[in-house]
Amino acid sequence: MPKLTIQDLEKIREETRRTVAIREGGAYRARVNVHFGTCGIAAGARTIMSALMKEVETRGVADVLLTSSGCAGLCSQEPMITVEVAGHAPVKYVNLTEPKVRDIFEKHVLGGEIVTEFALGIGSEKTDY
Amino acid sequence: MAQPAIHKNYRLHLMVCAGTGCVSNHSYEIKAALEKEIEKHGLEKEVSVVPTGCNGFCERGPILVVQPGNIFYQQLALKDVPHLVEEHFLKGRPVARLMYSPPETKQPVPVLNDIPFFKKQVLIALRNRGLIDPEKIDEYIARDGYKAMAKALSDMLPEKIISEITLAGLRGRGGAGFPTGLKWQLVRQAASANGGQKYIVCNGDEGDPGAFMDRSILEADPHSIIEGMVIGAKAMGATAGFVYVRNEYPLAVERLGIALKQAREYGLLGPDILGTGFDFDIQIKRGAGAFVCGEETALLASIEGLLGEPRPRPPYPAQSGLWGKPTCINNVETWANVPTIINRGAKWFAGIGTDTSKGTKVFSLVGKINNTGLVEVPMGITLREIIYDIGGGIPEGKAFKAVQTGGPSGGCIPKENIDLPIDYESLAQAGSMMGSGGMVIMDEGTCMVDIARYFLSFTRDESCGKCTPCREGTKSMLDILTRITEGKGTAEDIVLLEDLAQAIKDTALCGLGKTAPNPVLTTLRYFRNEYETHIRKKKCPAHVCRQLNVYTIDPDLCLHKGKGCDVCRRNCASDAIAGRKNEAHSIDQVKCIKCGVCADVCNFGAVMVD
Repeated sequence: MPKLTIQDLEKIREETRRTVAIREGGAYRARVNVHFGTCGIAAGARTIMSALMKEVETRGVADVLLTSSGCAGLCSQEPMITVEVAGHAPVKYVNLTEPKVRDIFEKHVLGGEIVTEFALGIGSEKTDY
Repeated sequence: MAQPAIHKNYRLHLMVCAGTGCVSNHSYEIKAALEKEIEKHGLEKEVSVVPTGCNGFCERGPILVVQPGNIFYQQLALKDVPHLVEEHFLKGRPVARLMYSPPETKQPVPVLNDIPFFKKQVLIALRNRGLIDPEKIDEYIARDGYKAMAKALSDMLPEKIISEITLAGLRGRGGAGFPTGLKWQLVRQAASANGGQKYIVCNGDEGDPGAFMDRSILEADPHSIIEGMVIGAKAMGATAGFVYVRNEYPLAVERLGIALKQAREYGLLGPDILGTGFDFDIQIKRGAGAFVCGEETALLASIEGLLGEPRPRPPYPAQSGLWGKPTCINNVETWANVPTIINRGAKWFAGIGTDTSKGTKVFSLVGKINNTGLVEVPMGITLREIIYDIGGGIPEGKAFKAVQTGGPSGGCIPKENIDLPIDYESLAQAGSMMGSGGMVIMDEGTCMVDIARYFLSFTRDESCGKCTPCREGTKSMLDILTRITEGKGTAEDIVLLEDLAQAIKDTALCGLGKTAPNPVLTTLRYFRNEYETHIRKKKCPAHVCRQLNVYTIDPDLCLHKGKGCDVCRRNCASDAIAGRKNEAHSIDQVKCIKCGVCADVCNFGAVMVD
């Protein structure tokens, strides 16, 4: 089997880092929280999460955290996500579909620009434990 | 190029501790249950379960740390898994009842870094602790693994590597604290006939009771040892290396074996490493578990296939080691420090610790301590910080009495010295030694004569028998100590013990014998009155030496509180207890064999020990 060169080693380091850096709790660009209450799951939160996972993977983004949380109390407007770009106030999006989420990922999560047509408002419930 | 594994993105990484402690607490079963439950919820593409090396907080195993977020779950049971997966990993609601709550506040502490046990730790040797799967070389590489090796092989002259290690002030972590850079220099300069062969060895023959630092490093981060050794090989001009690890450490042997295989497949070991033209490979030598094989000359004999017996030094292994060739032997933890020193520089490393002792030290914290586990702390930290801040103090509110450092070769340090800063010199001044890092905590219920007897019985058993002072001397000392604990000691015994101790120290062939009297000498130095009480009054103040105890029953307590429950009489093996139900009981001192069972079974505290 051909052996690694120093450049190959660096390449492995970079590629693996993209998937494991999340363990080290360093700075991240944004956090996207998908609401996973029973209502959210019934309305399709799983497809929303899968779409986000796919975006992260295909774009090779290492510094976006995907989290889940329980019901936010607006069951009629699920699926919902909360996007929190580091240093900015959280924004809630409601009545989501896969294309809407992909749009939000590109414009807001990566671009920093709020997609007002899908947004419910600025702010988030307190998620403490 | 070797094909690296394809890495997938996951939104959650569940880091399950798979160190020996947690594995024996069924962490692999927990891992399997997590995977099953994750699949049940269709989360297998989002949540990954990763086995890691020892997390350190062994007292609280099995342990699971959730990343990102560093949420610490402890003492997990299989029945907790379905709830945990549904609540936290599906619905994002962390489960407070599975978190650690300090005994004082009883408030759950969700995040690992906020737990006092972890707060004061500084990780160098354990830098990848809980962050990588030790069986995946790519994960080691992602954490800057093999970067220092690449730098050393492509960019650094051997002299430069040695001067970095020297300037860093790294000293041997196996116990004696010999400067590592100087040792490397000696091996580099040593002339070697017949083609200039030199060897390097990793000493993983950790045998002190209560010590598990080296085992944990080998289990958690085997590549850090391999990388350290390749850097050392380049510095000293060695072409072959050995890791001597005891076969009693099956997980360590297995994971090191996997790591060596992966490193060879990637060309990080073997001929022409990373295309730099440097050749080096490592073999595992499994030891049979003899304590004396941790002594360097005995270890070398064992690698050569000879009986594991030491030989006189000089010549030191640096001049004449394996098969007569210059050989450098460093401890596991010493090797694990090397890549970080090369990566971050000598100056950075030397900035941690005290004037004479740089960097950090890994300790295994065991005995009468609330937080049993593995810790890495900066040199210069005090015993008090380790025992109280990190260790959480003594269980059941008892008083701290002493700590044994350095295992059977070290000594007991009493509570008066609890503010002693930990470094090689201060421990030696206190009559003990750094040792490889076992720290056995003792409380007020510990008898110091009995402790000395225990350690002497260990060294007597482990003495290889080659030299008379150790073979006969440890036996004689043990006989005297046993006599004292049985109430048969005489006033001359203390003098005799001191004479024997000095003679063994002066004349034994190797470190095992030379240091064997230390537990006796330090307990005599700090707890002489306990020896005297055993000898003169025939009493054991801690009531540990049962032959010296007198058991009596308080008739009032027995009758009025216990209503003469008769449990003691029924459990007495020598029919020494008289009395009937609803009557006060009493013990016949002639028949009593002082087994102490009556005191153990009495629920009313009516059996008195004096």
